[in-house]
Amino acid sequence: MTQMSVPWKPGEPVEYRGVKALIVGLSKVVYAIGRPILSRLAFPIFVCSVFGIALLVFATTLLFGFVDDRLIETATNGPELGLAGGELTVAEIAAGLEAAGVWWTGLLKYLFWPVQYAIVRDIIISLGIFCFALVTPAFAIWWERKSAGRIQSRPGPMRVGNWHGWAQPPADGIKLLQKEDLVPADADGPLFRIAPYLVYIPVMAAFATLPFGSYWVFRNLDVGLLLILAMLGIEVIGVVVAGWASHSKWAIYGAMREACHMVSYEIPMGMALLIPVMCVGSLSLVDIGGAQDGGWHTWLVFRNPFTFGAALIYFIASLASCKRAPFDLPEGESELVAGFLTEYSGFRWALFFFAEYTAMFVVAGLMVVLFLGGWHSPLPASWGAQLGDGVIGRAIKGLIFSGPALFIIKGYLMIFVQIWIRWTLPRIRIDQVLYACVQVMLPVVMVLLLCNTVWELFFPPDSIVAIVFNVIMALIGAVVVVSFLVVMARGFINRRREVGYLAVDLMPGG
Amino acid sequence: MSQVTVETRPDVLIDTDREDQADLCTEEMLINMGPQHPATHGVLRVVLHTDGEMVLGAYPQIGYLHRCAEKIGENLQPFQYVPYTDRMDYVGAINNNQAFALAIEKLAGIEVPPRAQALRVMFAEFNRIASHLVSVGCYGLDMGAFTPFLYCFREREMILDMFEATCGGRLTYSYIVPGGVTHDLPEGFIERAWEFLDFLGPKIDDYNNLLSYNHIFVKRTSKVGVVSAETALAYGLTGTCLRASGVCWDLRKAAPYDGYEKYEFDVPIGEPDGGAAGVRGVVVGDCWNRYYVRLLEMIQSARIIRQVLETLPEGDIVAKKTKNIKLPANAEVYVEAEVTRGQLGFYVQGDGSAIPSRVKARGPSFSNVSVVEEVAKNHLIGDMPAIIGSIDMVMGEVDR
Repeated sequence: MTQMSVPWKPGEPVEYRGVKALIVGLSKVVYAIGRPILSRLAFPIFVCSVFGIALLVFATTLLFGFVDDRLIETATNGPELGLAGGELTVAEIAAGLEAAGVWWTGLLKYLFWPVQYAIVRDIIISLGIFCFALVTPAFAIWWERKSAGRIQSRPGPMRVGNWHGWAQPPADGIKLLQKEDLVPADADGPLFRIAPYLVYIPVMAAFATLPFGSYWVFRNLDVGLLLILAMLGIEVIGVVVAGWASHSKWAIYGAMREACHMVSYEIPMGMALLIPVMCVGSLSLVDIGGAQDGGWHTWLVFRNPFTFGAALIYFIASLASCKRAPFDLPEGESELVAGFLTEYSGFRWALFFFAEYTAMFVVAGLMVVLFLGGWHSPLPASWGAQLGDGVIGRAIKGLIFSGPALFIIKGYLMIFVQIWIRWTLPRIRIDQVLYACVQVMLPVVMVLLLCNTVWELFFPPDSIVAIVFNVIMALIGAVVVVSFLVVMARGFINRRREVGYLAVDLMPGG
Repeated sequence: MSQVTVETRPDVLIDTDREDQADLCTEEMLINMGPQHPATHGVLRVVLHTDGEMVLGAYPQIGYLHRCAEKIGENLQPFQYVPYTDRMDYVGAINNNQAFALAIEKLAGIEVPPRAQALRVMFAEFNRIASHLVSVGCYGLDMGAFTPFLYCFREREMILDMFEATCGGRLTYSYIVPGGVTHDLPEGFIERAWEFLDFLGPKIDDYNNLLSYNHIFVKRTSKVGVVSAETALAYGLTGTCLRASGVCWDLRKAAPYDGYEKYEFDVPIGEPDGGAAGVRGVVVGDCWNRYYVRLLEMIQSARIIRQVLETLPEGDIVAKKTKNIKLPANAEVYVEAEVTRGQLGFYVQGDGSAIPSRVKARGPSFSNVSVVEEVAKNHLIGDMPAIIGSIDMVMGEVDR
């Protein structure tokens, strides 16, 4: 190998020390061990994880019944603190297991003995949330790329992991972990380094009060909604810091856009969220979700025309909140190169993306809890109550009638809508964002808020007018869903005419 | 700030109190858009003079892709020079070949056989469709809509497949040479051409729904970067940019070459409110019209191709004597042809040998890009991709 004379780079290899050496060594080990394993066992790993997820869903639904019953019991006796609240004794755990239909509790109750301390349960639950919040971006990125591919008549990732590129996000993550951590020479170093965490940590913190089920919430705060809004607001500071510290003109433009973006969408967003709060009479997300358990017609989005409008406005504002198209101005690549991300590389860059996709689930989850029935299925929860307390009965109840699985499915469906919009619409200009948010959405949502107040005052939920409107809105919703399915099926059947012979004949799986 | 002001032009964002409040004012900034920027389509560099998001002035700087294309022409025979014309406007390469071939034919007095002329028209129009597909798709990309871009490239792929089957090239074809064309049609070409034309028609509606009539797209592009007819003529704009400003001037109609006079087609021009499309708020000469004229031209090109396919004559595809032609001494010729981006002119001077003593090209994109400085004032940074993208330049041809 000939020695190249590169004047700006000395020939000696870079020596890493301290944490960097650890990271580099670890990534080398991961690469050396992981790559052969992954390349040979990708498909078995995938099949096992599918079965694992199925088992997990079953166990979760089973556990859902147990935890629900157990905590409804404690909630009636003690303070209502969510899943992690209160102290348990080993005897109580055993009683709970027996009540759940677990027939052999002899040694099992001692296996669970650390669970009697609240802090142990806290750690377990936060680990669970952390794992979920880590898997969410990986899945959402894969799903986004596949959906975008299908929308654009191409297959999307197909190679990594043998089955439709399922291992593409982890592979990308490993690649980004190994990349050099570049900090521009003129950048404000500490701020530049801390900005990704300022974006990522608040998004993770928002999960603390996001309910996955009636008691599947880390802390059932009375002001859970406000906490999530506050966390989504703090995220903006990280973006502004990132843009400022990059010492790049494009990055500063991105940061400034994010700032004026935020002042325009936050107000309509907050006011739109007041409408379900007013309907239920609580800021606690658990209460709001729990109030929508009577089947799909009791979901707040179908309650009256004004909640429907509020749901639309919240959805638009939530797109702006997580910088999704058509509101992706802070990073709009055709205008600002990459906006506030211009100077970032490697894993810091990846953290911004993790934050974006995690925030997508947070805002989608908020939409689901506030407007789309939370963790309840379209069937009334009271039907599920008749299934009994056996293992199968609990599992079916948790899977079909209400449970975390339903919440997660709904959340990902909302993420799909965000993806769908992103790959369909052009980007809005900055003055049009401000105009739309401040001069259109804000007056509209104010009128909605006022009308909803009057409506709730004069037409309580059991009055004839309210029921009639409820039925009409619910039917409209059903028609929308059915027509979406019909259009989708028509597109699939006529795909050869729609996208041409090249895409259909030559695309794998076309 | 009234609603009208915000809707029409965000001039209110200019910091007019700069002199009065020196401590409160925002700072003006010079910022380089390009040469490495996603929206400048190659290596155009635009120096933006900005006040916050407002652009007070935009100054295009060229010369990053200079490859001495004209000087090379003085050292090669015309046949050898044809591949260099491919590399000028590499998106519409066949049209460039045609312009150069026309100049050499006029200089050397070569008669082109009728079948070659028909093939030239057909391939030039196919390449015009392909080029406009790239332009329309990339314009969607500039506006942040990714999907129409891939749809357009999907359709373009079919054209490229037909080109590949004919002459082997997928980007630089060197298909039209002085005296005719290099290859006759391959087997099955006619059927594939018909299939493509039938496929393209409904797809135009898709583009209209995704872009042309899309509310966001119209808001982004209407009333932005308005080039009046006078400005367009003063800056020497040609092609779609000129026609979008309401000037009906197309060399295929005005000075037909290669038998364009035999085919029926319309020349779409920019119209207020989008003409028959009926898009509110669109004015003549704005970005939306520049984009939409290209979409309409694709329909007209398809119309021409249909007529060519129906009336394709038999015969030779290249003139009898084309190799080692001697260019007459002290003779010069300047010929323009309507390529996809406007009028591409070739000035060729002969000195009695086979090698021309002077070759000079007049690139349409070169003139078109000069109007950016005039129209980009007092727009937002977000409008810059809209304006630059609607000019639809190829830097290979600007710098040559």
